[in-house]
Amino acid sequence: MNVQAWTFILVGLSFALYIGVAILSRAGSTKEFYVAGGRVHPVINGMATAADWMSAASFISMAGLISFMGRDGSVYLLGWTGGYVLLALLLAPYLRKFGKFTVPDFVGDRYYSQTARFVAVMCAIFVSFTYVAGQMRGVGIVFSRFLEIDIVPGVLIGMGIVFFYAVLGGMRGITYTQVAQYCVLIFAYLVPAIFISLLMTGNVIPQVGFGSTLVDGSGEYLLDKLDGLSQDLGFMAYTVGQKTTMDVFAITAALMVGTAGLPHVIVRFYTVPKMSDARTSAGWALLFIAILYTSAPAVAAFARTNLLTTIADRPYTEVPAWFKNWEQTGLIEFEDKNGDGMIQYVGPASDIENELTIDQDIMVLANPEIASLPGWVIGLVAAGGLAAALSTAAGLLLVISTAVARDLLKKGFMPNISEKRELLTARITAGVAVVIAGYFGIDPPGFVAQVVAFAFGLAAASFFPVIILGIFTKWMNKYGAISGMISGIVFTAGYIIFFKFISPELNSSENWLWGISPEGIGTIGMVLNFVVAVTVSRFTPPPPDSIRALVDRIRTPGDA
Amino acid sequence: MPRDQYWTTNLRYLGLLLAIWFLVSFGASVLFVDVLDQARLFGFKLGFWFAHQGAIYVFVGIIFVYVALMNRLDQKSTSERP
Repeated sequence: MNVQAWTFILVGLSFALYIGVAILSRAGSTKEFYVAGGRVHPVINGMATAADWMSAASFISMAGLISFMGRDGSVYLLGWTGGYVLLALLLAPYLRKFGKFTVPDFVGDRYYSQTARFVAVMCAIFVSFTYVAGQMRGVGIVFSRFLEIDIVPGVLIGMGIVFFYAVLGGMRGITYTQVAQYCVLIFAYLVPAIFISLLMTGNVIPQVGFGSTLVDGSGEYLLDKLDGLSQDLGFMAYTVGQKTTMDVFAITAALMVGTAGLPHVIVRFYTVPKMSDARTSAGWALLFIAILYTSAPAVAAFARTNLLTTIADRPYTEVPAWFKNWEQTGLIEFEDKNGDGMIQYVGPASDIENELTIDQDIMVLANPEIASLPGWVIGLVAAGGLAAALSTAAGLLLVISTAVARDLLKKGFMPNISEKRELLTARITAGVAVVIAGYFGIDPPGFVAQVVAFAFGLAAASFFPVIILGIFTKWMNKYGAISGMISGIVFTAGYIIFFKFISPELNSSENWLWGISPEGIGTIGMVLNFVVAVTVSRFTPPPPDSIRALVDRIRTPGDA
Repeated sequence: MPRDQYWTTNLRYLGLLLAIWFLVSFGASVLFVDVLDQARLFGFKLGFWFAHQGAIYVFVGIIFVYVALMNRLDQKSTSERP
């Protein structure tokens, strides 16, 4: 059976599984639609959170990014895991104790203000749309490469599937499909990683394998060999960083705090029965995530070594079949500039000209082919990439629909809306959001990981400070919270838009504020949010006594 | 246990665990990574290992330690209250 047949079968089976699960777990009430009735087991929720949050960027792009960045890839590894520590220790238990359904719910009630709620809703929708665009793009890439379907119909199929279970099942449907999607994606990620680790180092565990010696008989450590190869070709040594310490610090912090502030992640902790379950659940979520996140740097190092040994300085006529396959998708481009028929793949420190351009997404997508693994493994990677993209897209669409149906209508403009109509509105909003997300997927503002990285900066600069101040102080008032959120998100979005869209030619370290790139600027936005919030609250009236009682209540253990 | 004491104990746990969190992530993997890279752990330079592996393991550990500490504290505080 050929690769494409395997891909159709595995992707088809996984889709049938998601639809089956969705039909079994339809939502009947708004509480089921928003938070799955608040009755999800902590371990199940941990698994669903892991799938919800590991996106197309984690699955498809991250290992590739790391393999081109070397040690600096740690910004993604640490940024996207360290945030769970903040979430488990500082946010999740208290938000669960607070109850209700959404982040704007908390902001609106804690800051006794419709304006604060409205600003939070706008931040939630803005962040979620930025993020969902990247997911739909990921769906399109997987379809176009593996099933040889154009990006447009690929995105449309993805939209159809998400529409089906997100609109029908709400949070309840999403939770159980996400559990299925986690199983598919982690299996799909680990199988090639284990195979390649075995082939290259003889070690079954990739996390250990990439610190082992190679099986080629040289007795050389894999990472030492990779450092040597990279330097010979004029690249930086793999285990050395290139970014400034300041920039690495800022990007890592922005991603960490952003993870803790992402509304679609936070809302998952409303689905467990009680406060202590929220802590446990965050622990399980990180454990499930760590399985992929500790494999990714191993995959990155293996793929990079393979690429440098099989492609660099080889005649173009002798390249392996996968090279030609991926050339057709435009993800690899070779231009024989000096006309010698050889592939010169070299870094900036080399005297000769580089002739090869490689898209980072290839490192995961083509990895099984590069290592000549069987056809079903390649099909599995396609199914895994789709699982990662669809599960995250569904979680985000739910946040958007909840924000509109509950936070804007029920709590805002139409307080007398009936439960039935509220549920219908939530479903229609989810449907409209799917369509908009699909449009972004077909005509995206940037490549997958980059767009997603900005969503984190925006979440870090808007939600995290006001939620922390709302839980850990009793004196923070509505004036501080509102001005903090607005200044954080306006500053961060402004900086990103300036360097990415208005004047991209200026986007280099000498023009950046304190050497911090747009990816890391959310950290400064967050600090600004804190400073503005605290300053403004000093000169404005303190919150009423009822708010002090509310803060006392969410700090007290127990179910009520 | 009075409510204030429960809260200050919680804050103490948080301070300690977040200090560890900061040390392995921003400390070992960012600020002091080049110093630690002088040492080796099998085929890894030590700083590189923290940045690509070690810190993540510690993160998971931190959460489960906090879960255990808080479950014990919750139990103590509810059993002492009628």
